[in-house]
Amino acid sequence: MKLPDLKVGDLVTIYYKTVEGDKTRVHPYQGIVINRRGSGKSEMVTVRKISGGIGVERIFPLHSPLISKIVVKKRGKTRRAKLYYLRERRGKRFAVKER
Amino acid sequence: MIGLIGKKLHMSQEFTDDGEVVPVTVVQAGPCFISQIKRKKTDGYDAIQIGFGEKKKANRPTIGHFKKANLPPLRYLTEIKVDNIEEYKLGQKLDVSIFKEGDLVDVTGYSKGRGFAGGVKRWDWGGGPDSHGSATHRRIGSAGATTFPGRTWKGQHMAGHYGNERITVKNLKVVKVEKEKNLLYLKGAVPGPRNGRLIIRRKK
Repeated sequence: MKLPDLKVGDLVTIYYKTVEGDKTRVHPYQGIVINRRGSGKSEMVTVRKISGGIGVERIFPLHSPLISKIVVKKRGKTRRAKLYYLRERRGKRFAVKER
Repeated sequence: MIGLIGKKLHMSQEFTDDGEVVPVTVVQAGPCFISQIKRKKTDGYDAIQIGFGEKKKANRPTIGHFKKANLPPLRYLTEIKVDNIEEYKLGQKLDVSIFKEGDLVDVTGYSKGRGFAGGVKRWDWGGGPDSHGSATHRRIGSAGATTFPGRTWKGQHMAGHYGNERITVKNLKVVKVEKEKNLLYLKGAVPGPRNGRLIIRRKK
């Protein structure tokens, strides 16, 4: 699978295969990329979202065969490489300027 | 116990189909050529001698040795004992296709040389306290008892030369084979530095 041009600050949906009992299904996970690290096969991104008022972060290995699709919903404009400051933000303030 | 001579390239990782990450070492293995066949009748044992890599300069006896197998001089040679010597021909090419995914191999190489190393590094001693008036930071503690035995035991752990030692790691799994590039992906670590020479043999 070809990776989309994914940058820190982007709003993305990652379609990730999960196993529930004996069924596998593709689970969409949408959030803001706050960290991208590693190179080559070991590249990973951290995606943060607010789910029901609770902050959730998931770390995805970008080259995992469990990722079936990555869709970039919005481009973000950022001035730093790691957006950890978003962890203190809720609601309207939990956002990145659009590019 | 057929095998190949290879070169350690680097480490990386691979994914299994269910998304698990497997640490791998990428090894350029072969192509190797059979430069001599040793037989029980003439040499006392059955083995093949395989060669790997281009040799830039060779003296005439070396050239002559390879000429018997109709080969250019090869840089690295090693002998590998085989069960059925009749399967192999002089000058025959061996490449990574002798291994397939899931095979188990033994890998021999020379570990990284560490020169004259102290006991803490070489034998994993704890070392002494760093402060509070301590003077035994990384020193040897005691080298033995008193009147009995009146000498230091043989094999007492001390500082000395460490590394650059022939080491065989057994039962490494072949995770992937890339035939076009002569690459083997082996699960886990193998001895030696990058570009170090390795012998990869099928598991005994």
